[in-house]
Formats: sequence, C-alpha cells, structure tokens
Amino acid sequence: MSTVSPNSETILEVKNLVKHFPITKGFIVQRQVGAVKAVDDVSFNILRGETLGLVGESGCGKTTTGRVILRLMEPTSGAASFEGKNIFKLNKEELRRLRRDMQIIFQDPYSSLNPRMTVGDIIGEPLEIHNLARGKEKLRRVQELLEVVGLSPYHTNRYPHEFSGGQRQRIGIARALAVNPKLIICDEPVSALDVSIQAQVLNLLQELQKEFGLTYLFIAHDLSVVKHISDRIAVMYLGRIVEVAPTEEMFANPQHPYTEALLSAVPIPNPGMRRQRIILPGDVPSPINPPKGCRFHTRCNYAQDSCRVNDQPLLDVGRGHYVACEVLPFKHQRSKAAVLKAPAS
Amino acid sequence: MAEETLLSVQNLKTYFYTDEGVVRAVDGLTYELHEGETLGIVGESGCGKSVHALSVMRLIPTPPGKVVEGEILFSGTNLLKLPEEEMRKIRGNRIAMIFQEPMTSLNPVLTIGEQIAEAVMLHQGLAKKEAYDRAVEMLEKVKIPLARERVRDYPHQFSGGMRQRVMIAMALSCNPSILMADEPTTALDVTIQAQILDLMRDLQQEFHMAIILITHNLGVVAEMADNVVVMYAGRPVEHASVHDTFRDPRHPYTWGLLHSIPKLYERKERLIPIEGQPPSLIDLPPGCTFAPRCPFAMEICVKADPPEYPIASDHYARCYLHSEHATDEERKAAVAAGLAASTLGRRV
Repeated sequence: MSTVSPNSETILEVKNLVKHFPITKGFIVQRQVGAVKAVDDVSFNILRGETLGLVGESGCGKTTTGRVILRLMEPTSGAASFEGKNIFKLNKEELRRLRRDMQIIFQDPYSSLNPRMTVGDIIGEPLEIHNLARGKEKLRRVQELLEVVGLSPYHTNRYPHEFSGGQRQRIGIARALAVNPKLIICDEPVSALDVSIQAQVLNLLQELQKEFGLTYLFIAHDLSVVKHISDRIAVMYLGRIVEVAPTEEMFANPQHPYTEALLSAVPIPNPGMRRQRIILPGDVPSPINPPKGCRFHTRCNYAQDSCRVNDQPLLDVGRGHYVACEVLPFKHQRSKAAVLKAPAS
Repeated sequence: MAEETLLSVQNLKTYFYTDEGVVRAVDGLTYELHEGETLGIVGESGCGKSVHALSVMRLIPTPPGKVVEGEILFSGTNLLKLPEEEMRKIRGNRIAMIFQEPMTSLNPVLTIGEQIAEAVMLHQGLAKKEAYDRAVEMLEKVKIPLARERVRDYPHQFSGGMRQRVMIAMALSCNPSILMADEPTTALDVTIQAQILDLMRDLQQEFHMAIILITHNLGVVAEMADNVVVMYAGRPVEHASVHDTFRDPRHPYTWGLLHSIPKLYERKERLIPIEGQPPSLIDLPPGCTFAPRCPFAMEICVKADPPEYPIASDHYARCYLHSEHATDEERKAAVAAGLAASTLGRRV
C-alpha cells in the first residue's frame, strides 16, 4: 500500500460517466431497440500516487469504465479529466500525447502480446510511437525495463510463447512502463495467474508504484487482492458505484447491503473462522433493463418500498466513506463491524 | 475415521506420451475417501489435480494419456481393471462429476430436461415420463425457480450459476456415492459461488455422499473440506485434516501457498511469494520437485524424492525436514517459519 499524503491533488476525475452499447435490429435499415447500460452515471476521482480499487462481479461495468477513461471506447456521455484536461474533448494528436501519461495492463497475458513480435519489439513499440527512443537507445531502454520488471536483458529477442503466464504479465507491465506513465489502469492484472505467481506480480506492482510514483486504477473481482493493494475501494454493481471508502474503513464498516454480502461471500482460508454469511438470492439482473430505483433492490434483504422507486445517490457518511443506500447506514450501524472482525477462535 | 472407505487411490501414475517427451501429470498419488467425507485436492495449474479426476473416471484420452501404475479401488473393485461396459455403469451413476465450465459442459441443442432425463433413463432404467418427473424434482432440489417450466429450456437460457446448478442436478440425479467436483465455482462470481457452495453442503447432507473437491482456491477448501491433499508437480506433498493444513502445515510448499495469498482480514505490506516457476512436467528435477523453489532445501532434497513422513495420525508430509536427514535446529527453524504462515501463527 502506498502512502498518499492527505492533501494530494486529484489526478483523474470522472464525472457522470455513461456508456451504453446500442442493441440494433434490422439488416439494412438498423434501428436501435435498446441499450446495454454497461456504465450508467459513474463518478469518482483518484489522487496522485494512490491506488483506487474498482471491484464488482462480471458484467458490472468495471472494465468498460477503465476502457472509456483511456478512450479505447467512446463514452455515451459524461466527463473525465486527467490533470485538468478533459479526456473526451481531446483531438487525435492530443490524445496520443495523453496516452504517454495513461497506460493499461490487461488481464490475459496470453492474448495481449502479439505472438509474432519479439519482446524487444513489444516493449520498444511505445517508445517509437511516442518518439522517445530509437535504435541503440531504444534497445538500452528495453533492457533496462526488462530488468525493472524482474526479467533479464537477454530476453529481448525471445517471443511471448517462450514465457510463462507470470513472465508474460511482467512483459505487459514493462510495455506499460516504457513511456513513463503517471496513471496505469490495471485491468484484472493477476486474475489469470496462479497464487504463487500472483503474489510475485502484486509485489512488483507495489514496488514500481513506490519507485516511479505511479497512480493505479486497479480493476479486479478478487476482493482479497483489491484489499491488499488499494488505498481506497469503489464497489460497482450493475453499472453504478454503490460504495466508495478507504480500504480499512470499507472492511471494518461496510455500509451498502451489496458490499456487505460481497464481503461475507468470500471464502476465508481459515477453517476456524466462523462468520455470518449473507447469501444473496438470484442472479444479477440484465443491464439491458436494470431495475428501477435502487438497482440492487431485487436482491436486497433490507429493501423498502422507497428503494423500488427512488434512485439512490452516493451519500457522504463521513471518514471519506460514500454509500448509495439510504436504509442500511442508518440501521444497526455498528453491529455489522463486530461480525466481520476475525473472532479469536 | 469410523466411516467406511469408499474410494482408495493407491500410487496412481498417469503419464501423457507426447512428441516432446513423457509428461508425468500425476506421479504417485495416494489417498482414501470415506463415506460422507469431503476431500479437498488443492494445487496450482498443472499440478495434476484434474488429470487425477479424469483418471478415476477413466476419461483419460488414450493415447496420448495412460494410467501407467496404481490402483483405484471403489468399494473394493479396481476401476482400472474394469471392462468399459462395467465402468459405464459406475461413471455418472455411482461416481458423478461436475466440471469447471458450466458454459461448455452442457449440450446446447438439448433441453435441460432431456439431458437430466437421459442419465436417469440410462442408469436407473426409468421410463421417459418418470425420468422427466425426476428431472423436475432434481431441478427443484437445486433450487431452480419454476422448475416445471424451466425443464423445457435450453442451456443458453440459463445464467452461469444456474447452469452449474443444472450440472449438479444432473450429477445427483442417480444418487451417486461420490461427487467429483472439478473447480465447480472457479468460473463463477463470489456471490454466486457462495450460493453454489451452500447448495453443495445441503445436498451432501441430504444425499449422504462423499465429495472430492478439486480447486486452487484455499478459501473454498477451508470452508468445505474435511481433509486436504496438497499437490505439486504431479505429486501429493502434504495430506492432513483441514484443520492441520491451515493451522499446522508442515510442507514448505503449503507454507508458500498460505503466505502468497492476500488475506481479507489481515493487513500485510508485502506478500511473500514462492520464488521461481513450477517445473516442466516433462523434465522434472531429480529429487523433490519443489526443491528448486524451496528456501529450506538441503543436500538430500535434490538427490532423492522424499517419501511420506508421518507428522501425526492422518497427517503426512513428503519432506525431508521431518526425517532424520534434518537436524533438530533445521527442523525447528523451518517449522517456526511454517507456523508464521499458518492461521495459528497469524494470531500471535
């Protein structure tokens, strides 16, 4: 975990971000019959040097959020500003310059590296595109980057298939680092790796953050991983952020019924530990036609009539903690924290 | 354990003969499964846990694969010696299996009902009408709402969690005595995983079956299993009760695994990973397969493969630290390091 000074400035601010994927019907004359509301009114900010964890289950819109911020996809509406510049208003040339500051690490180390390029070409490509280094200088820089991520300079001429999953993920990290970015969006960077290798990569990411003063948006579905690496956590459900809080606060005192259930559902590698498990009924509703009012009300144990009607905005409950629920935070507020602490059995 | 031994796997070796060489996927696995027990088999990808399951079910593609050695005794009969005809009566009937991928393990062109009924008609000799009723009953048991209508649906009309429920319904439709569950919740989200694990626990009580739970998730093992086999590079390295596996682990690989996972309820600045990579199964190192990555490796470890050393009753570790090859000091230092990885050590 990095140490972020409390008066650190905002590096990225996302406001009312919306991304809908249209569903069309018809072959020649296409008309829109609906939309997959992948991201629906998401706002958050990230401070310089901080790691913000973005968690949620599959289909909640966390990956789309990351990609829209990088403008790998165009947003439907909303704004995102990086160091004061509105990302969505940049032209092609400005966007390319911005990409020097914002990079991404992908989930799948097997498909995110071109199998026909050598490692040297893969890591060197961003250097060329951004006119940072060429020829001998490029090679020197590539070798340096390989060492930074724990590989050897002689790996330059090898191809991706010669590496294991963990090593490939290191190559992906080296490629992202090549342009000296300020912000890296890590999209499930360790999900495809075995636990012993996962720990190596997580440690590497933390070391690099310290060394280069990086800011991370860390997208993952594994709560223990997110907890380990993040300073703050945002929980997403069906295209919305339902809760944001500093990591310790989130785990000691979850305020949204979904977060509460999510935390209780994670199996704990400690057979002596007994917890109160909350099992959510049913499945996540379709993002094509999300429930009216609070989107979680169809599975919520605390839902009241008002939840089915009123959309829940993020409320400030203090200590940097925001929650999109008007019921739970005011109900049995503290009893939950006691249950979630490890009992001394 | 007072319960009767249901399945006994003795020195199972399954090799794959490829152009590059012999892949020793499972290399000497031994365990016993008792009635009503849940046995967890943990390990990372390529450790042989799934190949072992396929070996027990006699589903290893031959060639290139072959069970080269060992015995699999199910209620006294050696499954490896059974003619295919006889094996078919056991597979899916007495020993059922569910797979990791609920998306691909159902036939997309048959309705859910047809798929469940097929198994019942085949194994239990029920008529079509009765088999269908049984399918509905099973879907109700796995808590699929409106089972009577949904039995006519196709797999694509179900979500991932629902499909895994259908797989479980199908597996249990013939009342098996063993359920082999190969990463049953790996492809599912945590809240859905919690639903499925809960369901498996309930049904185990109801059907009084034994479960072999194959997973890489230590949390799932801790919550579900009674006993645990930890596998590394085709070999079992530690075998203990779930309590001992987490509270008093004795193999350096088990320590490494416990150290490398981030824990939800404790704070650590840095994880302690296992350095290096798992070995290639074609070119296994001589001696203990874990020795090249083991911080406690001694001279003997790279020379000879360690046998199982007993730690306590029902607790074995394949590691020379627990033999006369290690001095008392070496053992003490290593066990102290291991204690730090256990859940017991973390409380101190």
